[in-house]
Amino acid sequence: MRVLLAAGLAVAAAVTAATAEIDPEARRSGYDFASPEIRAMQDDDTANPGMLWVLEGETLWARKAGAAVRSCQDCHGDAEASMRGIAARYPALDAVLARPLDLEQRINRCRTENQRAEPLAWESEDLLALTAFVARQSRGLPIAVVAGPELRPFLDLGKELFRQREGQLNLSCSQCHDDNWGKRLAGSVIPQGHPTGYPIYRLEWQSLGSLQRRLRSCMTGVRAEPFDYGAPQGVALELYLMERARGMPMDTPAVLP
Amino acid sequence: MARVMINIPPRAKRGEIIEIKTLIQHPMETGYRLDNKGAAIPRDIISRFICSYNGDEVFRAELFPAISANPFIAFSTVATKTGELVFTWIDDNGQIQSEIRQITVE
Repeated sequence: MRVLLAAGLAVAAAVTAATAEIDPEARRSGYDFASPEIRAMQDDDTANPGMLWVLEGETLWARKAGAAVRSCQDCHGDAEASMRGIAARYPALDAVLARPLDLEQRINRCRTENQRAEPLAWESEDLLALTAFVARQSRGLPIAVVAGPELRPFLDLGKELFRQREGQLNLSCSQCHDDNWGKRLAGSVIPQGHPTGYPIYRLEWQSLGSLQRRLRSCMTGVRAEPFDYGAPQGVALELYLMERARGMPMDTPAVLP
Repeated sequence: MARVMINIPPRAKRGEIIEIKTLIQHPMETGYRLDNKGAAIPRDIISRFICSYNGDEVFRAELFPAISANPFIAFSTVATKTGELVFTWIDDNGQIQSEIRQITVE
């Protein structure tokens, strides 16, 4: 009995030891795991299908909307200057709501508060296009979420969720993306899960999609019930992922299989 | 109209082989899928793509349901003389999208 218990403890210790965070030097983005063909597609703006949404977003940026009849451009001016580095700092604290908002929610809040327009639906072409256009302005810039004391509880929640086993497969995010990255899950390489290139063009989706969509599809994959789009837990997880990827360059719109 | 990206060198030497890359936004719905109520989603794909150079057809492609959304088509042609290239995509609904690009041949 004692031997069994000791063995059990040894296994438990091994499991605990395995859930270590990735060494900063060993961090790699989805791009680093991608095939040369996919990298070529991402690198060439005229072959990167995500650019179709970026171009659409550029049009929407200048289009007047809502009861205020104002466009994004009317307040923010040239996106190349005003939106530079912005996406690299999201999710960010909204002082009024006293909780973090991700980029999609920020855009929608700007729509409802300042443009007095209807919020755009999650994963709608328009929201993806605007988000992609804004995030494109941070390409090459390091991820730098502003993790002040107000965000600490949300960051801790995100970290907890990342390490929490869930679903019928009883797996946590961390078990794949911290402990087993680089190995294969069926035919695909398990990446480290750094959200450098969102919204992302996935060949599987044949479309651009948000980080929330990606998180939801991972959760469905382990047979867990996914968070609703924009749920506080989902945003907390996004926040933790961005903090975990701190310093890595943004590459929106990235292309992944 | 759908959004299109065309990559073509603005100038080339006479006789040079140039690469042309095109990307168009299109759902390329196969016709084999069902919606969440079980009804068939009608097929809607780009079925033809044609490129003509100063009126001469230099490239044509027939597309089928297995081709992904937002199809990317790359091909090459020989730069013969200064003029325009016309790119045309035709889909199942009869929608025609045409784009014109100029090329200068020295």
